[in-house]
Amino acid sequence: MLRRFGSVYLRELLRPLGQMIVFVLGSGFVLSAVMVVLALLMRGSAADKALLARNGTDLLTFTLSNLPQVLIDSVTLGFVYAAIALGYSMVYGVLEFINFAHSEIFATGAFIGVEFLIILEGAGRLDGIGNLLAYTWLVVAIILGMLGAGLLATGVERIAYRPLRGAPRLVPLISAIGVSFFLQDAIRMIESLTTGQFHRIIPTFGNFDQRIMLGNIPLSSGPILIGIQVKSVIVIVAAMLMLIGLNFLVNATKVGKAIRAVAADRPTASLMGINVNRIISLTFLVGGALGGAAGVLYALKFTRIDPFVGFFPGLKAFTAAVLGGIGNLTGALLGGVVLGMLENFAGAYLSAFTMGAAGAEYKDILAFAILILVLIFRPSGLLGEQVGQKA
Amino acid sequence: MMIQTRLQRTTRALIQRLSQGRVAYILAIAYIALGTLLVYLSPRSLIAFLIFVSSALLIYYVRIGKVAKLSLAILMAVVLLPIVGVRNIFYLEVAFQISVFAALALGLNIVVGFAGLLDLGYVAFYAVGAYLWAFFGSQQPTLLHAIPGTAPPGAHFVMSGNMFYLFVILGLAVGALTGIVLGLPVLRLRGDYLAIVTLGFGEVIRVLANNLDKPLNLTNGPQGITPIQRPTLPAPLLDAIRVVLDPLVGRRVTDAQFYNLFFYFAALVVVVIVITVARRLDDSKIGRAWTAIREDEVAAIAMGVPLVRMKLYAFAAGASFAGAMGVLFAASRTFVSPESFSFMQSIGVLSMVILGGIGSIPGVIVGAAVVIILNLQVLQGLSLFLSELRQSDAVIPIINFAWKDLSNQLDPAKYQRMLFGIILIVMMIYRPAGLIPAARRKNELMKEDAAEALDENGQVNDGTA
Repeated sequence: MLRRFGSVYLRELLRPLGQMIVFVLGSGFVLSAVMVVLALLMRGSAADKALLARNGTDLLTFTLSNLPQVLIDSVTLGFVYAAIALGYSMVYGVLEFINFAHSEIFATGAFIGVEFLIILEGAGRLDGIGNLLAYTWLVVAIILGMLGAGLLATGVERIAYRPLRGAPRLVPLISAIGVSFFLQDAIRMIESLTTGQFHRIIPTFGNFDQRIMLGNIPLSSGPILIGIQVKSVIVIVAAMLMLIGLNFLVNATKVGKAIRAVAADRPTASLMGINVNRIISLTFLVGGALGGAAGVLYALKFTRIDPFVGFFPGLKAFTAAVLGGIGNLTGALLGGVVLGMLENFAGAYLSAFTMGAAGAEYKDILAFAILILVLIFRPSGLLGEQVGQKA
Repeated sequence: MMIQTRLQRTTRALIQRLSQGRVAYILAIAYIALGTLLVYLSPRSLIAFLIFVSSALLIYYVRIGKVAKLSLAILMAVVLLPIVGVRNIFYLEVAFQISVFAALALGLNIVVGFAGLLDLGYVAFYAVGAYLWAFFGSQQPTLLHAIPGTAPPGAHFVMSGNMFYLFVILGLAVGALTGIVLGLPVLRLRGDYLAIVTLGFGEVIRVLANNLDKPLNLTNGPQGITPIQRPTLPAPLLDAIRVVLDPLVGRRVTDAQFYNLFFYFAALVVVVIVITVARRLDDSKIGRAWTAIREDEVAAIAMGVPLVRMKLYAFAAGASFAGAMGVLFAASRTFVSPESFSFMQSIGVLSMVILGGIGSIPGVIVGAAVVIILNLQVLQGLSLFLSELRQSDAVIPIINFAWKDLSNQLDPAKYQRMLFGIILIVMMIYRPAGLIPAARRKNELMKEDAAEALDENGQVNDGTA
């Protein structure tokens, strides 16, 4: 009996890990191959010559030499998207409702974590501290962000969504848009009241900004260094831990079973003695907490945050959730990784391949193009819906 | 309890009495006269303006003959408002904005209210129209290879400003075309997905406007296009109008003010056309098909309603008005930049529709007026008040807080998003049918798949209509 449980636990811990590795390697390999083939096809084209004249490298060398760094950055971004996408996906799985305010939940988490670190910095607690303490404070900041964001998400559900649960689909969506707008300005008001400015920059402490050098590629125009920042490693590891934890919660615990039951059939779950309202609150709590943690990680990676910081990551994470198959946790992970990859590849290569006509500035709308294509050709996403499929 | 009901009964009787018969005529005319007088005498008073504007509502509600109603409304919009507007040009600007956004909201109302399709990127069509005239009505076609921000010697206007009239029609067509092009792939999607995709489309248009300054300089990038031409107003006509208008206003009306008047009237004409078209559409075969789709898609298909085509009509109709309004906007501002077409604008228009009443034409107009007045006057007025307090030496007594320590960031005019957010949440929870619900109000936002919607609290929101 115990061994059987043990194996279930172990399987639910190992399976997401395996999925992550497969997804990252798979999508990384596919995209890299596409880029290399493209570069080969465009050999001798105008774009190739233009690049050769400007940088002294041809398109193929350029592609290959940038590839490792692009891949590393893609994975970091992909995991951030995946962590946010899980919040959309969980709520959608249970309520079939796009929690439009999730992007602001994410921003709130980021602000709580960063404010905590700023207070520590103000108190002089971050000066010259050792690595262990630095990591401890970071973990505390993430946990605070998770708590704050989770509670906010639960509160928002209670106030703005629960009264509308019987109403048609568009009603709670409009309410959620309202919440999103309200929260943006609420954050701005709170933040600007204290200092007069509404953006925050995460304090620098610990060794997060260092780069771990992985090697370099010697080129005629100078060697290209390949490295990964410590904070990127932290983002990846933290996101992986969260994803594994969530997978465990949903698939291997009794609460998770209740969540799945509510997602599959709410009235029946209610008849089986599940407190549906509490499970829905819990879903928002967990989804919000993941969003909050992703917010702190985002702040760590990109250093500057403002009240509107959640908008684009939120939309992209939603795209990621749809791309993977909304309502499906594995799908959210896959979608996040794929979208992060696509976006970084576009950012890195679009300019060189189109001779500067279209550059990295279009990577933001790439997500929408993908969203539209997915919804037209495969509305159920790459992995299809496994939870809560209702027309 | 008893007293309250009696009070209510008396008030109701009073209102009934006042809104009927000859009393109603006298009341309406007296109220308008009072409002006009107040605004005329104290052009800066917000309350006077609110009284003046609210007389439009009074005209709508009192039970007087249709002809009388219409003539009073025309008197207000065409005679009284321009006069007080020229005295304080800010009011004309407010009236212009109300007209522009009323037209936009009415267009969105066709999509959201009639056909039940939530469009979160509506402002994209507006942007298409605006950039259409911004490109052809400026020097931009001669600057295709110029770097944004520089003015090479060969720059000149390619067509006369009077082509504006043609381009309003073209904007209508281009808007409709854009609506169809976007609608074709996405209209098969379910409601909430459609909302997100249209949102995405809105952002795509904004990003394109921001970045299409290379390889060919079409939009001049984030700096926007300026100057954009306006149609020329014939001088003899202006002089003829001045003879009448100058004594009424009390001073000479300048050419700039005539342009303000011109665009106000142009917007008003568009609004009237949109209202007419929307009303005719709602009562037509297409309108009934839209209602059927809104109420129940599956049943509509079963009844033989061509789903995608009807949705396309709705999208195209809504988009075309936005396109025409965009052309008008570009000409009136002589400047367009991508910032005018952000997601927030889309939500602003949506909150007008939601506030006034989804599917209700008078409601949507009232919604536009309320939101614009809140935005331009109430919030700004509060801001002004606060900044005056900040400059004074006043101190809040008990907590001993000096007003001048108040942060500059706490400026009500900057909190439009919060305003829109509160409108959307509160309306959805307490009054989903809006301030003036549509007569035929059992739309998608009231009851849809009731079987699926099991409410644990037993609080089924079946609206207030």
